[in-house]
Amino acid sequence: MANKILVVLEQRNNQIKKSSLEAISVAKDFSEKTNTTFEAVLVGGEINDFSSLGKFGLKKVTHFTNTELNFYSSKNYTKIISNFIKENYFDKIIISSTSFGRDLAPRIAIKIDAGIVVDVIEYSFDNGEFIYTRPIFAGKALLETRIIKNLQVIALRPNVFKPSDNCSGNTEVIINQISEIDSSVKTIEVKQASGKIDVAEADIIVSGGRGMKAAENFNLIENLADVLGAATGASRAVVDAGWRPHSEQVGQTGKTVSPNLYVAVGISGAIQHLAGMRSSKCIVAINKDKDAPIFQIADYGLVADAFEILPILIEEIKKLKS
Amino acid sequence: MKIAVCISHVPDTASKINIGNDGKSIDQAGLTYIINPYDEFAVEEALKTKEKFGGEVIAISLGTDSSKESLRKALAMGVDSAVLLKTDKILDSISVAKALAEAIKEINPELVFMGKQSVDYDNSIIGQLVSEILGYNSVSVVVGLSIDGNKITAEREIEGGKEIIETQIPCVITAQKGLNEPRYASLKGIMSAKKKVIEEKILAESVSYSEIIRMKKPSIKQGGRIIGTDSSAVPELVRLLHEEAKVI
Repeated sequence: MANKILVVLEQRNNQIKKSSLEAISVAKDFSEKTNTTFEAVLVGGEINDFSSLGKFGLKKVTHFTNTELNFYSSKNYTKIISNFIKENYFDKIIISSTSFGRDLAPRIAIKIDAGIVVDVIEYSFDNGEFIYTRPIFAGKALLETRIIKNLQVIALRPNVFKPSDNCSGNTEVIINQISEIDSSVKTIEVKQASGKIDVAEADIIVSGGRGMKAAENFNLIENLADVLGAATGASRAVVDAGWRPHSEQVGQTGKTVSPNLYVAVGISGAIQHLAGMRSSKCIVAINKDKDAPIFQIADYGLVADAFEILPILIEEIKKLKS
Repeated sequence: MKIAVCISHVPDTASKINIGNDGKSIDQAGLTYIINPYDEFAVEEALKTKEKFGGEVIAISLGTDSSKESLRKALAMGVDSAVLLKTDKILDSISVAKALAEAIKEINPELVFMGKQSVDYDNSIIGQLVSEILGYNSVSVVVGLSIDGNKITAEREIEGGKEIIETQIPCVITAQKGLNEPRYASLKGIMSAKKKVIEEKILAESVSYSEIIRMKKPSIKQGGRIIGTDSSAVPELVRLLHEEAKVI
């Protein structure tokens, strides 16, 4: 039986997520390396037009639909996708390690008896075999691993692999209406913080630490984030102090992020914070203490008072954008 | 209600991590170990649930003898009994999940709690694997939980929001920071935990699903370029971000 690659797509509010496009591009690369084909599967969502996926090289997507599947449901998604894999003999399953992918990937692995690796940031193909690299200890070390089984579920860290949209061609869509729904684990509501970009998905993050001195001073962080189109992040100290929600925490007991630009304001750079953001492509540090560890990994540092710098920085960026 | 709680014994998050001489493991020199921070939320939630509905809480850990320290911490917080699945090996996630599932099956609990991830290998998949092996319902990354009879309502954290999920027992819940405030162990709890016997089971050999090839340190970023010490440097910073780094 020919080996084939399957990308599991994710939709939120009827939009295919950017992280899924990254997964398509990796699947395409896998298929070129192994000389096999790849296709995609999507469960749920009211999506009628998949034509935008053609430029990523995707030739075929199977869409399982039912209005009950528009919200993520672990039981149904696991069953539908696992059966689809078994019926079509896919052997490499590629998904993004988003909150959706992290939940779903291991469930599929058990159902199809596959090996699994999550949070992949790099891979190589050598002697007919893939070697995967993933961060451990929140990025303080890297692990290179090989899955012993041929059947593999590979979850990619979002925001690491770049989607490449230089292909032409159409995406064939096969719609498969699902009638049997399992309601034993049911998402009844999705509460979305309106208009906010999540740190895990952001291209730019502006984070504040204890140097911001009080919860109310984070309006400066928010204003800078607004002009940059960025997400707001926070250090553990300010989350523990109750100034910011845990969903914004960057670091070992928060989120590990790798945006294009990370602006650390009033953050000294404790080892658990550095672990969570050190792989950011460009790091700016603003801190009064010239010996703060954050400066050791910052591309650009300003040894200055955040309250003096931020209002002017906000104005300068507004000028640049106008 | 019978409740199992899975606990992982991990290096303190303030630890510097170095690679061991074999290139495949972490150098143990100078490391202090703690109970996995997310597992503390799991223990707290298990204890709260027991206090509300009655029953018992059994802690399970998989690892070397030293994992008993974290089991004792859980006992000191109020867990009734503890089991150590003893192994000196670093197992892959699926093997860990299978061993935990085997031990949980013997206990046959209505609820299983564990941290959403262990802060060493950061897989964040053990709860989901265990629930699929056992055929339990499950919700991962939970920041809010209410239990009413057999019915469970859980708030699961997702990017930029929350999913509100309804399910029933038996169920595996993986705890995220924010679920509760873990209690401190009382002196009485610490004293009685010292006297409790931790049941030990030797893990049988299992089939590996993956193999560690090597571990390495990430490349160190060359930082340290200071642009200035007051607001006069701001225009230069913006210029560098725009023209040199090309990130804005």
